[in-house]
Order: sequence, then structure tokens, then C-alpha cells
Amino acid sequence: MSQIVCENLSFGYGSNLLAENLNFSVNAGDYLCVIGENGSGKSTLIKILLGLKAPDSGRIILNGIAKNELGYLPQQTEMQKDFPASVYEVVISGCQGRCGLRPFYNRNEKNLAREAMNKMNIQNLAGKCYRELSGGQQQRVLLARAFCASRKAIILDEPVAGLDYESSHEMYRIIHDMNHNGMTIIMISHDTEEALRHSTHVLRMTRNMNEKIFFGSKEEFLNHDC
Amino acid sequence: MGVIIAVCSSLLGGTLVLRRFSFIGDGLSHVAFGAMSVAAVMNLTGNMTFVLIITIICAVLLLRTGKNSGIKGDAAVAMISVSSLAFGYMIMNIFSASSNLSGDVCSTLFGSTSILTLTVNEVYLSVGLSLAVVITFVFFYNKIFAVTFDEDFARASGVNAGACNLLVAVITAAVIVLSMNLVGSLLISALIIFPALSAMRVFRSFLSVTLCSVILSVICAATGIIISVLAGTPVGSTIVTADAAAFIIFYIGGKFIS
Repeated sequence: MSQIVCENLSFGYGSNLLAENLNFSVNAGDYLCVIGENGSGKSTLIKILLGLKAPDSGRIILNGIAKNELGYLPQQTEMQKDFPASVYEVVISGCQGRCGLRPFYNRNEKNLAREAMNKMNIQNLAGKCYRELSGGQQQRVLLARAFCASRKAIILDEPVAGLDYESSHEMYRIIHDMNHNGMTIIMISHDTEEALRHSTHVLRMTRNMNEKIFFGSKEEFLNHDC
Repeated sequence: MGVIIAVCSSLLGGTLVLRRFSFIGDGLSHVAFGAMSVAAVMNLTGNMTFVLIITIICAVLLLRTGKNSGIKGDAAVAMISVSSLAFGYMIMNIFSASSNLSGDVCSTLFGSTSILTLTVNEVYLSVGLSLAVVITFVFFYNKIFAVTFDEDFARASGVNAGACNLLVAVITAAVIVLSMNLVGSLLISALIIFPALSAMRVFRSFLSVTLCSVILSVICAATGIIISVLAGTPVGSTIVTADAAAFIIFYIGGKFIS
């Protein structure tokens, strides 16, 4: 059963059309890797999936997963670099979506935040200041926050951008683990080779509208490429 | 009274500084100045209520333009603030019944001891408004944090970020109308921004920054008011000077810690 279906999606940036009649579907437990050169619309696609931006036409259908159950690992913003916040504050803010109008976090949510930190191996950083962490640690904090927001599917926007080899490796390992435990993964990546190692499906976007957008399993992609 | 205002004004400082909205306080206070002169000229009895409503409307408009209009946030703030300042002064000049015009204008711009001479109704209104601000802030503290830290993520995980921004705008407007009585419209930004900036030099988590800025703001306001009474200096500028001094101390302290 498809968890996330994109139907005849068309979208662009300003007056630039980036994709036309894009169709693809993601099953629960899939690991979809989105690749393509800069400006091909990867980030825009993700914003549409998350409901942050409306597509020009077409629609997204979610099955067995609510709109606010999509976890998200965004690229870091300039502002966050000098934001005074402890790791714990950032992680638990991932639970905010389930609070509704309730003003404070309950015991379940506090436990969830703790579990997420254990999973990412950052439990000993809980009281540390977010802006003073290394890039790899920051990414793991944001991943823990995404984990708090969703147990079903996580969308990652270039999770290893700017990380050294070691931290990238650790990041891929954690994402792979989450996928193993049944989490659907949708990941944008520049590092095609490394991303293909773990993924089950590939979506390749292009900037050139005459070139076809590829969607299929990893095996199909590898055969298609050669 | 001054102390209550100090608490309110410092609460939102962190959020506004971090979202690069530091100048919104300044812009809105000029709007409040314009509204105040209109109210004064029209001889409205519910002076403060009128100013409050106008300021809230402008706050909402300003936070909205930041996102999706052609005019960028800071330009919009500058535009609205100078035009309402000019408009307010002009109106006062044309229609003013008072003989001491420049004195009136000066006290609206820089604050005055008028805080000691508010009417009973105005005091009730101010206290009520302050309580409302504090309670709302505490209630929505976690949401405000989530939206400030990462608006896209908050939105994606189902937080109503639009409503939250609206709330911040309304609270900001309320704070500004409140503090106008104390420090006057030109100095309000200082009251909002300084405590948060000082606290951010030293503290590392959002909660501790917020608490520290409240405490700091109260201390500075109390010191400022006492000094102004004893030494006969203007209230508003004395408080702001105290805030600035505190910032320098915290800045140096922060350097030592790190």
C-alpha cells in the first residue's frame, strides 16, 4: 500500500517550471533518494510534500499517515547559528505538533524526547548549547527532533551537507537504522554514490525540461544509467 | 507599575531579536505616537484603548509584509514608522490646544514622569494588559520557541505558525503601548531588546535567556526609576542608560566565560 502518492504534480519557482506531471509513490518502509543538479526543484518538491507550499497543479495523497506525521530535517538556517537553545529544548520542540492547544509537554513527550536523544547518541549533550556543537552533532539533534515529530516517515534535505567523512558516515548509519525499523525515508542528496548504497528507490530531477525525470527502484536506476 | 512594564517588555525580546525583528518595536512605537496624537487631538476619552487598537493593526500588517509582499520587512518598518511620526507631529502642530506643544511632544517621545500621574482607569487598564501579556506568553511559550527556532519545521509538524506569529505581533503591540507611558516612543526598542541581548551574551538556553532578561529588565527599571527620582533625571533615558550599562557588563562577562 502506498503511503505517499504524488499525482500529476506540476510546480515551478517564480515563472520557471521545474516539473510537469510528476508521478511517483512511496510505500511504507521505502528509502527514496532524490537526486539531481542544483536548481532542479528537489527542495521545492519537499516543501510541497510537507504542505509548506502549494503545487501549481496535481496533488499529494497520504495513506495511513497524517500530514503532521511527516518528520522533517531541514537545511540549517543562518539564524540558528547564533540561537541560544539547549539541545533538549530543540529536540522536544519536535513534539509541539502533537500538543495542539495544550501549553506544556506531558510525560510521554518528555520520554519520547529522551528516547530520541538516546537513539542519536546525543543523550550526554542534552544541556549543551545547540550553537556550540559540531556540524555532525547539530544534524543529529535536528534528526532527533524530526524523530519526535514522526515515527512513520522522515524527509531529509541534504542531511550530510558540510559534514566531514566521519560524521556523514555516522549520519547515514543512523538513517539506515531508522529505515530498518520500518521508518519511510525520503532523502535529498548530492552524494549519489553513498546515497545509493542504502536506498531502495531513486527519483532523479532535472533542470532541463526535455530530459525525463526518472523514478524507479534502485536496480532499475543502475541499469538505466549504464 | 514600571516594574510590571519592564517584565512584559523583556519577555518577547529574545524572539524578536532572533527573528531579526529588533526594529519592529521602534516602528510600532512611532505608530503609537501617531495614534496618540490623533487621540489627543480628537479628545478621545479612551485614549489608551484607541492607541492600542491602531498599534495592533499595524503590528499585524508589518509582520505580514515581512513574508509575502514586494516590500521587505525592514523597509516596511522604516516606511510606516517615519510616516506615522511625521503625521503625528503635524496633526499635533495643526490642531493642538495645548500651549506647551514642544513639551507635549518631548514627553511622548522620551517618556515622562506621567507614569506617576496616570488616572485610576489607566492604571487598571495597564495592570490588566500586563497580566494578559505575561499569561499569554507563558501559555504559548513552547509554541513561540518552536516557531522562532524553525518556522518551516513547526509548520510541517502541524503547529499553526501563522496564528503564533499573529499572537507575537499582538503581544508586541500591547507591550509597546504599555511602555510608552514609561520611556516614551523613541526609547521603547531599548526596553525590549537590551535585556535579551545582554542575557544572550551569557546564557545558553532559551529558557535561561528569557528568565534572565526578565530579571535584568526589572532590576534596570527599578534602578532607573529610583535614580531618576533622586537625581531628577528623565525617567525613560535613565532606565535605558541602566539597560545599556547592564549590556556592557554582560558583554564583558560573556567574553570572560567563553
